[in-house]
Amino acid sequence: MEFFRIKHDIPFMRHALVFNVISVITFIIAVGSLATKGLNFGVDFTGGTVMEVHYAQAPDVNRIRDTMGKIGFPDASVQNFGTSLDVLIRLPVKPGLTSAKLSEIVRDELRKEDATAEVRRVEFVGPQVGKELVENGGLALLFVSIGIVAYLAMRFEWKFGLAAIIANLHDVVIILGFFSVFQWEFSLTVLAAVLAILGYSVNESVVVFDRIRENFRKMRSASVTTVIDNAITRTISRTIITHGCTQLMVTSMLVFGGETLHYFALALTIGICFGIYSSVLVASPIVMWLGVSRKDLVKPEKKNEIGAAI
Amino acid sequence: MNRYPLWLNLLVAFALLIGVVYTLPNFFGEVPAIQVSPSKSTQKVDADLQQRVEAALKSANIANDGIFLEPLSLKVRFADTDTQLKAKDAVQKVLGEDFVVALNLVSRSPRFLTSIGALPMYLGLDLRGGVHFLLQVDMPSALIKKLDGVASNIRVLLRDKRIGYGSIGREGESVLVKFRDADTRNKGRKEIETANPDLGISEQEQGGEFRLVAALKPEEIKRTQDLALQQNIATLRNRVNELGVAEPIIQQQGADRIVVQLPGVQDTARAKELLGRTASLELRLVEAHAGDPSGRDYDPKKIDEALKGNVPFGTELFIEHRGKTTEPLLLSKNVILTGERLTNAAPSFDQQNNQPIVSVELDGQGARIMRDITREAVKRRMAVLLIEKGKPEVITAPVIQSELGGRFQISGSMSTREANDLALLLRAGSLAAPMDIIEERTVGPSLGADNIRIGFHSTWIGFTAISIFMIAYYQMIGVISVAALAVNVLFLISLLSMLQATLTLPGMAGIALTVGMAIDANVLINERIREELRNGNTPQAAIHAGYERAWGTILDSNITTLIGGLALFAFGSGPVKGFAVVLCLGILTSIFSAVMVSRSIVNLYYGSRRRLERISIGQVWKGGAEKQAKGKA
Repeated sequence: MEFFRIKHDIPFMRHALVFNVISVITFIIAVGSLATKGLNFGVDFTGGTVMEVHYAQAPDVNRIRDTMGKIGFPDASVQNFGTSLDVLIRLPVKPGLTSAKLSEIVRDELRKEDATAEVRRVEFVGPQVGKELVENGGLALLFVSIGIVAYLAMRFEWKFGLAAIIANLHDVVIILGFFSVFQWEFSLTVLAAVLAILGYSVNESVVVFDRIRENFRKMRSASVTTVIDNAITRTISRTIITHGCTQLMVTSMLVFGGETLHYFALALTIGICFGIYSSVLVASPIVMWLGVSRKDLVKPEKKNEIGAAI
Repeated sequence: MNRYPLWLNLLVAFALLIGVVYTLPNFFGEVPAIQVSPSKSTQKVDADLQQRVEAALKSANIANDGIFLEPLSLKVRFADTDTQLKAKDAVQKVLGEDFVVALNLVSRSPRFLTSIGALPMYLGLDLRGGVHFLLQVDMPSALIKKLDGVASNIRVLLRDKRIGYGSIGREGESVLVKFRDADTRNKGRKEIETANPDLGISEQEQGGEFRLVAALKPEEIKRTQDLALQQNIATLRNRVNELGVAEPIIQQQGADRIVVQLPGVQDTARAKELLGRTASLELRLVEAHAGDPSGRDYDPKKIDEALKGNVPFGTELFIEHRGKTTEPLLLSKNVILTGERLTNAAPSFDQQNNQPIVSVELDGQGARIMRDITREAVKRRMAVLLIEKGKPEVITAPVIQSELGGRFQISGSMSTREANDLALLLRAGSLAAPMDIIEERTVGPSLGADNIRIGFHSTWIGFTAISIFMIAYYQMIGVISVAALAVNVLFLISLLSMLQATLTLPGMAGIALTVGMAIDANVLINERIREELRNGNTPQAAIHAGYERAWGTILDSNITTLIGGLALFAFGSGPVKGFAVVLCLGILTSIFSAVMVSRSIVNLYYGSRRRLERISIGQVWKGGAEKQAKGKA
């Protein structure tokens, strides 16, 4: 089997502008949605209580909602979770009742209604903890970005580092944009997925950049555009196969991973799809526009570097 | 020719062996066990304890499945949960109060594995069920308590040295002492400074008053806070012991927080009640009561006045609730002792009349204070106040029968149950500062089991899908890649078992994701080999060049992922940290398995063949080769 039978180098760079216009538009939509709608932060970040309750027979969600209203939570959100037998109840932070006593009150009320109610999970997060998690999330994002730029600048050249991080932050913004537009719940695990993707999709750019460097050494007379086109063409099969394999795994999590891993897997899926696109069609053009040249990479003292051409 | 030197092959074989050995315990499952751990630090876990437990089991006719002596606890395995429960009762009866006997699950793995430290992965609360609490210690109130103590010390000191003072009291975060003139103030200052080197003292003059303002020095504030935290952790440990949890985790987090994790706890309400009881304890003398007319301080008039609102200076009015009866009491504002001085409280029986009592033990300083106070207070009453959430409540107010020391008894008409409760309250009451639960995560055991199933399932299906594709696309080389991937999972699980890192559901997702990403390295190598073949290289040269050239790329791309993983580890908390650990370890193992392990298999399979005609790597389409070659020229 051989999926990729490419005779000529695909002129990616000629169409770079078109792809980047698409990128810019998606990016603007994402930023716009983030600015107006914001993210639907989960209890990890906002503080509050989440309870997962399991019933022997399918319960009436509306009645549970009424019960919550009766004990002082008219704004509680009650919805089915995965199956019709499981219910997820979200209670906002209530000043004066920050103590974890709350879950007991709720459990007792639910037991009165239906003795089979079994509380499978309780998560209570105080508002101060939530604030810290948001801060730490931001710090982590910053740390990863700086770390990656620094590493790529050291390993290649600052133009590559900058291009890679622009392309990948563009991915991150788009993932967040999806979560904002569809108002999917943004939890701590989704944040973990976003950060993992940030590290992972830089891979993609790195593989292409490695080839660009190698080509600059080998193809002495070729123009920068040809060098980049050739590098992308020759790595595209690996890009798609690798991402396809990772996506196989992520799809398995999306389908079989249950409700807990659903958004985690979803964030990864979006990240992987946009990761292929951005590393090939966003990062490389940026490197080109930043004016990369042969002498940036082919330095005499780097002769013995790992992976260098013979 | 592609051959690894012998030492490299041996290295790979050795790594594989270690991987297999440390992964093994995960396959044996778990058996019911009891875990015996000391409830006090003075008790030791040693061969003597083992003998006592063995004897207890023998006399109760209970067969065990092996006894394991560990540094901090003794574990005994049983065939089923019925025996486990029976054994727990039997052992607890013999060992008594000094040891906590808890139900637990331990690995069924054979003894030789356990003895080399090969244990199954340590499952997080979301996989095994349990409770996680994050408690915030209320530091300002710990400082206020300290300052109140300082004020009372200064009062005693000045009185002893016969230095006249106007008033002493705490104001905000300092203690204010007023004097009549500058001379006495100077004298007072000297005395206070020598007695309290940890105070920063300044002078003030205001409206003809000569004042001293005493505040805690910064290092003393820090010390007070550290002590408060340590005391609270110790108290929590005692309270958790009452619950009989097998492997509780009680740890400091940051400057003023405590993490409590109770795996396997089913009754979360009870745990929360015990932990959330932010109580502290005070002993004070009763100034007036309207109870027994023959007792000292019997003064119903004063009580009546106090009930009307005229509480005499230096006293406070409390109502003691005992069952259905209530009794108003006037208590002195002076605190004799706080719960910090209490070292133990246990229910027992009076040897003379066999009535339930509570015997109390105090530490050295507490005993001294107690002796001094009670010498002059025989036949007076002493109230025990429990302060929960800033609300004090009199739990008992017995009559002092004689001068008391480091050990004394609280008697009175109580039932055995009341004695038990009082002892528990006294013991658990010694928190240095109140705490609030600021985060709680409870996972029921059934959900935990579901999570394991889900995590395992999705990883397995994903792995199978990737394997099918790789073998179909790359044939023999694909099989080798899949083998390397399986070895990667093996290494990852054995590393996690070896380090006993906590495995959470996001951690399992991390294993799955690592598998999905680790294949990247093999794809890079395989595509390179194909490309070399396409360019007309011989099979052996293609293998060699494929691995050599892909190496730099693999390293670069994994390092960037590692940067992401490290950031997650540094800034993540709880389940996210678990994910980060797996991600980072997975990257390291995948580099090793994808490059070294797969190379050694390829070398063994193809490397020694002198005339290798073709490699089984799927179809290599050579249509583009000619063109590529021209482009290069």
